Amino acid sequence: MSPAEERLLRSLREGEEQAFAELVSTFTPALLRVARIYVRDRAVAEEVVQETWLSVLRGIDRFEGRASFRTWLFRILTNVAKTRAGREGRTVPFSALARQTEDEESPSVAPDRFSPATDRWGGHWASPPSQWDLPESRLLSSELRMRIGEAIESLPATQRTVISLRDVEGWSAEEVCNVLELSETNQRVLLHRARSKVRRELEDYFGKA
Amino acid sequence: MPAQELTCKELVEVVTDYLEGRMPPDRRLLFEEHLAFCSWCVTYVEQMRATIRVAGTLREVDLDPAVRDSMLRIFRDWKEA
Repeated sequence: MSPAEERLLRSLREGEEQAFAELVSTFTPALLRVARIYVRDRAVAEEVVQETWLSVLRGIDRFEGRASFRTWLFRILTNVAKTRAGREGRTVPFSALARQTEDEESPSVAPDRFSPATDRWGGHWASPPSQWDLPESRLLSSELRMRIGEAIESLPATQRTVISLRDVEGWSAEEVCNVLELSETNQRVLLHRARSKVRRELEDYFGKA
Repeated sequence: MPAQELTCKELVEVVTDYLEGRMPPDRRLLFEEHLAFCSWCVTYVEQMRATIRVAGTLREVDLDPAVRDSMLRIFRDWKEA
């Protein structure tokens, strides 16, 4: 745990609203994202997140800091969300959802972009990727960022969650596996699928060669 | 195709294994050998890195104030209880 996080948790234990507000601002967007894997409805997801924060307040004195606060927090969330989903008759575990979408997957790049296997250069680029003129991150157009946001939103729930936590929120692979109870391999497959699709969206944006 | 070669079509399927550092050393060697002679695949790997970078700019910094307030109400109710 970082010193800043420790200070924040100490303040929370002492009942400071400011500390709670800061944690809420930091973590709620990601909590909502993960909640929505289990409960589709946005309003229900918000209730799940509220219940999670209540459990945090009730349990903060028992949190010993052996796991990171983030891991602890998201463990609570997934338990609350699963209970809620169970009541509503949706109890498919994340790993099973992941397997379902895997079966229907297409290649990372359209097969017709490569030479046919019968060719001397079979399996090599026939229509190769071209270099993008991508500006510095802070200069990216809002149009481009919106398109990428939409591309991520339209991914299957499992892929959307993994790419959101890894690439948008910047979590480590290990943390994502812990919170979503995924194997490392499964996590990587989902991440690959998601990134490949988002790359295709960017390629469309910049125009093919 | 000889076993000791990686085609472009195969390479694009294992880019994430490479970027995540989860490739066995012999596969990694094949991957890097391929990049040494294929500038198209170098471009492809750069595009995947760019994709990660663009995704990283999407982090929501501002929470919807109504949602934030509903979460803060939890705190006040809890403190009063």
